Amino acid sequence: MNTDTMSSTSMSSDQPSTGIYLDNNATTMVAPEVVEAMLPYFSDQFGNASSMHQFGDRVGRAIKTARQQVQALLGAELDSEIVFTSCGTESDSTAILSALKAQPERREIITTVVEHPAVLSLCEHLEKDGYTVHRLEVDGQGRLDLARYQSLLSDQVAIVSVMWANNETGTLFPVEQMAEMAREAGVMFHTDAVQAVGKLTIDLKTTAIDMLSLSGHKLHAPKGIGVLYLRRGTRFRPLLRGGHQERGRRAGTENSASIVALGKACELAQAHLETERTQVAALRDRLEQGILEVVPNSFVTGDPSNRLPNTSNIAFEFIEGEAILLLLNKLGIAASSGSACTSGSLEPSHVMRAMGIPFTAAHGTTRFSLSRYTTAEEIERVIEAVPPVVAQLRKLSPYWDQDRPATEGQGHQAGFQPAYA
Amino acid sequence: MWDYSDTVKEHFFNPRNAGAVADSNAIGEVGSLSCGDALRLTLKVDPENETILDAGFQTFGCGSAIASSSALTEIIKGMTLDQALKVSNQDIADYLDGLPPEKMHCSVMGREALQSAVANYRGEVWSDDHEEGAMICKCFAVDEVLIEETIRANHLSSVEEVSNYTKAGGGCSACHEGIETILARVLKEQGRDFQPAASPAKAPERQRVAVGMPLMPKRAQTASPAEQPSTDAAAVATSATAPPASSASVAPPPGSAALAAASPAAATANQAEPSAKSRPKLSNLARIRRIEQTIESIRPNLQRDHGDIELIDVDGKNIFVKMVGACSGCQLAAVTLEGIQERICEDLGELVRVLPEQAMAVAQRA
Repeated sequence: MNTDTMSSTSMSSDQPSTGIYLDNNATTMVAPEVVEAMLPYFSDQFGNASSMHQFGDRVGRAIKTARQQVQALLGAELDSEIVFTSCGTESDSTAILSALKAQPERREIITTVVEHPAVLSLCEHLEKDGYTVHRLEVDGQGRLDLARYQSLLSDQVAIVSVMWANNETGTLFPVEQMAEMAREAGVMFHTDAVQAVGKLTIDLKTTAIDMLSLSGHKLHAPKGIGVLYLRRGTRFRPLLRGGHQERGRRAGTENSASIVALGKACELAQAHLETERTQVAALRDRLEQGILEVVPNSFVTGDPSNRLPNTSNIAFEFIEGEAILLLLNKLGIAASSGSACTSGSLEPSHVMRAMGIPFTAAHGTTRFSLSRYTTAEEIERVIEAVPPVVAQLRKLSPYWDQDRPATEGQGHQAGFQPAYA
Repeated sequence: MWDYSDTVKEHFFNPRNAGAVADSNAIGEVGSLSCGDALRLTLKVDPENETILDAGFQTFGCGSAIASSSALTEIIKGMTLDQALKVSNQDIADYLDGLPPEKMHCSVMGREALQSAVANYRGEVWSDDHEEGAMICKCFAVDEVLIEETIRANHLSSVEEVSNYTKAGGGCSACHEGIETILARVLKEQGRDFQPAASPAKAPERQRVAVGMPLMPKRAQTASPAEQPSTDAAAVATSATAPPASSASVAPPPGSAALAAASPAAATANQAEPSAKSRPKLSNLARIRRIEQTIESIRPNLQRDHGDIELIDVDGKNIFVKMVGACSGCQLAAVTLEGIQERICEDLGELVRVLPEQAMAVAQRA
């Protein structure tokens, strides 16, 4: 099972102190302004927001400001719809388990085959407990069949959980439309928007989305902070019970420093949405074009016409992703791969398999995910570095013959047909 | 994220014998469907004496697959085919100063390519009967197929037994849920029910803990809880060092009263200082001999994993040992030590600490 996003490989001892970081879908650098904003909440501002004195009151106010900053980025109608959690995974679990608990008569869940493990593993587990899980399949470009989706909606379904953007390919799902369809059918709708928040304009008050998960560390806030957006009026059962924090919807003393940090990060993200749409997307396109132009037998996976502005997932045929990452890492370039071998599982990425990418290509998928901190100069260096790395590994590959796939070759390599274990 | 040895890195970044041997007369082509790696091995064999004059590899795979292929070609050059066939995947891993457990299958592929190439040279057809499943136990690299086959062949019914036979689950215990799932499936096929709390079929007198803590079945206690210090980690570590073919070393001595620490109260009591009143006090000499005996009984298990242990000193409650071979620097050394500690505590009937020799100076200062 692939964890977090796709796994990244590094050999720390070989790593130069300054590198080119193109793995922002895994995690992002905490913005310096964010660090600055959160620091006082480790020292002077140590109070418990629930306390009836000035120490607590100051923290309580800061949390309220942060809540409003998150509200603004999401376009939520009310700040009370923002529930702080510890991470995206907690938000996902809270949303799905709440829907099941609040509607015990409904025993079905609709999701997709390409969700993050935070949703997939939970659904697998719920299946063992007797719930029926419908997993929508995707086509070769990672797109859903909405007619199929429509046919599954019924009063048996407790919740639909569909990611806004895929972490591996960046492909966007039409969650706004799907939420409308769910509402029509009287079904709750949750979206894991961990990859989308901060990269796309989101205006929840104009949608039918009932719940949304986001994760701080994907948008230049620290790890260990997340949000569950919970539309007012959505029936809810908390995951953690205890104190009255977050209006009783998520007990546990507030992680005040990280909440303040996330608020600041959301404010910055909102200010940079246009940058993502223009500058980051342009750099991504330049990177892609620069590589595809030079490297034969490589292609973009997912739906290039409908994806996140920062993500490019390129399949290099006949070589393997971990080997690519190790060589790139030696050159100071950080990316990630859908290869089996980087994740510790034996299987290539479930997303690539779901799209029907042949395994000789799925193993060589390499994801470059940019951020607003990525520079044009860095992109040019990566464009120069990638082709020799691919060539070096293809020279070792039995599927490759000089300058083309072995299956097309005339030499002794023609038709490499290994006996499979 | 992989903890590759320097040798693995060196062979990946500078592979030896990459590419096909030009005038080869033996070719082996193998792949692993489950992980998608593939390898072509070409050999130039001297027809006079079947000596491997040259070897070349082409590999589609990850860093350790490439390093394993490189190592294989280095190892077999100059060997006769019969000598080369004796090269095991462990030899390849050893040559590389070890591979992460999840990557051991990369070395298996190398050995299979060699068998395939030799068969090709001798005009035989090589077919692979090795099946590979999803990795369940990452501590000891045990896959689903092996666990399933072992459960069937030996009529196993508990996680503990699976650990004794395959080592799976004997390390960090994170895979116990996965093992339980396999057990439940296999037992269901056989018309049996998997009961986490059930006694194993072969030792019905033994009881185990499961109620309320199904993921941490603790092995049967051999002494009263007050006498026996025990942690979950130590308990599973002992299973880990037990030989797979025999559960004798973890089974309680015959006739000892089996006692299940089924309640939290008992678990707490386990951590209490032992009273040791129920056993006669040993003389110093007898005590050290007994410690030696216990360590001797554990050594074969460690040696099977290319490790070893030596008794260095006994200083009151502190027993200092030296971890040797694969044990030295092993990530699981601490777990192994805990397991050994528990065995010695059990055999001595008193609470002792087993420490690596490096801790001697620290302990003496303290």
